[in-house]
Amino acid sequence: MSSLFMFEKPLGMRDTLPAIYERKYKVKQKIDVEIKKWGYQFIETPTLEYYETVGTASAILDQQLFKLLDQQGHTLVLRPDMTAPIARVAASKLLSEELPLRLAYNASVFRAQQREGGRPAEFEQIGVEYIGDKTISADGEGISLLISSLQQAEVDNYQVSVGHIGFVQAFFQQILGTKERADSLTKYLYEKNYVGYRQHVEQLALSSIDKQRLNDFLKLRGSEEVISLAYQLIEGNQGAKAIDDLKQLWEILVDYEVADRVTFDLSLVSHMSYYTGIVYEVYAEGVGFPIGSGGRYDLLLEKFGKRTGATGFAIRVDRLLEALGNGKKLATAQCILFSNERRKEAFQLAQEKRQAGIHVITQDINGVKDVDACTKQYSEIILLVGKKGVEVVK
Amino acid sequence: MNEMLTIAMPKGRIFEEAADLLRDAGFRLPAEFDDSRKLIIDVEEENFRFILAKPMDVPTYVEHGVADLGIAGKDVMLEEERDVYELLDLHISACYLAVAGLPHTELNEIAPRIATKYPNVAAAYFREQGSQVEIIKLNGSIELAPIIGLTDRIVDIVSTGKTLVENGLVEYERIVDITSRLIVNPASYRLKDKRISELVERVQQVVKANLTVK
Repeated sequence: MSSLFMFEKPLGMRDTLPAIYERKYKVKQKIDVEIKKWGYQFIETPTLEYYETVGTASAILDQQLFKLLDQQGHTLVLRPDMTAPIARVAASKLLSEELPLRLAYNASVFRAQQREGGRPAEFEQIGVEYIGDKTISADGEGISLLISSLQQAEVDNYQVSVGHIGFVQAFFQQILGTKERADSLTKYLYEKNYVGYRQHVEQLALSSIDKQRLNDFLKLRGSEEVISLAYQLIEGNQGAKAIDDLKQLWEILVDYEVADRVTFDLSLVSHMSYYTGIVYEVYAEGVGFPIGSGGRYDLLLEKFGKRTGATGFAIRVDRLLEALGNGKKLATAQCILFSNERRKEAFQLAQEKRQAGIHVITQDINGVKDVDACTKQYSEIILLVGKKGVEVVK
Repeated sequence: MNEMLTIAMPKGRIFEEAADLLRDAGFRLPAEFDDSRKLIIDVEEENFRFILAKPMDVPTYVEHGVADLGIAGKDVMLEEERDVYELLDLHISACYLAVAGLPHTELNEIAPRIATKYPNVAAAYFREQGSQVEIIKLNGSIELAPIIGLTDRIVDIVSTGKTLVENGLVEYERIVDITSRLIVNPASYRLKDKRISELVERVQQVVKANLTVK
């Protein structure tokens, strides 16, 4: 390996310089406030977790985990998501009263990138976990809170795509018989490979009616009408239960008045085994990747010893910022340039301004080499130099 | 007015064939795209923007969302593994990936080497066969490798087999059949759903009709 330049950072790690920091802070603030208004409580968990527990329970692929050893020789991971750590805390500490739990977080997660090393390997997520409630109302609350958060963040054009893993599983097993066969077809959906899906269906030893049903499944995208199409496609009760869920979800979203932001896409499979029910992804104009995703994961809590349902979502802050674009330039601070004779006056004036909510710096004029360059940086310059009165430049 | 669709296309023959498909699907494209050096071609009548890219780069543009749609060979899709929807088999530019080499030769046991433009596909293929090989990536004229003794085998695209014959090579194994695919960015697939679904539907009809004629 070639020797490192002094300014280098590990692949995928980024600095956040003041302008971006400020923009990020404001957006996070808006979303934080909204999530708190819905009664969710924020928590923090450690950056490092055990590989054996949180690492393996997490939805993130093994090759994307940053691993290291502690002094006892245990393998540790930098947390790749917040859902698994929160499930750990909830199962071991908070979930004792058998009441639904509404938790939120705002934290960095770490995922090693395989390709194009510059992709962020550490990024912030804001999200919620709603644990201990298996009702569709809980799923509906998640989606509505996600939409409400994006609304507060002032994202213009976005769309939430909703699917149901339970439906995919029930429908495929009904036609194909075994879980293995259903899984191999599901894999094509996970890979977004519709061509491969159709070719696979063509090769199966099935009646032409069943093949048609499997191909028609790919068309289950759109608004409310998808629900009745899905009912027509299945036979029997198992798949019907999942569609009942979606029907109920739609009614809930209508009552929340957010249904216009939502479309169904029943071929949506975000993960091969992690999610168990309703899943969703949110896409915004100007960003090629989902800016957030979520869903029901009723099996995760079991790994930590509690049998209960949970659902949640995470918004990727870096992609959210990308969706918001550059926007208008943020206001900069005022600057009071002082010399020693009028130092006290400068400090008093600064104090008054700060109390009024104005951002202000006090700068000893002797510490500035180029006063012209200095004045350009600030929205207003106040000169308290020598024995004259207050001079406002700009 | 319809929202604009940006379509990444490989230059050359595939572009022509794909343009024919779109014309047959009733899209009003000019009869000929004259200036071949242009990288971006706007078709105002349909509000399309074509980006002319290296074939290997098409899925990259689409994954990042700077192109809503793209036309990419399955060979490139297998090699690049980009996170995009593969919606339609266009059944154009049919060919296949094959293992080839000089006649009556075997893979060197001491130093089994494979030259290819598709290191990921080749590595995956030989791993599945249970043989450990060294993959040497080349960017073109792969046929040179066995002739000058760089490797015993190559993994490359074969369409008519003419190039192999001309270079005195023979095909040993057929890996996978290749055709061009219509691919879509996941965000565009949601946000421009109506336009994209309509286009897919129309092109699909043409592809079906072409297949029955054949």
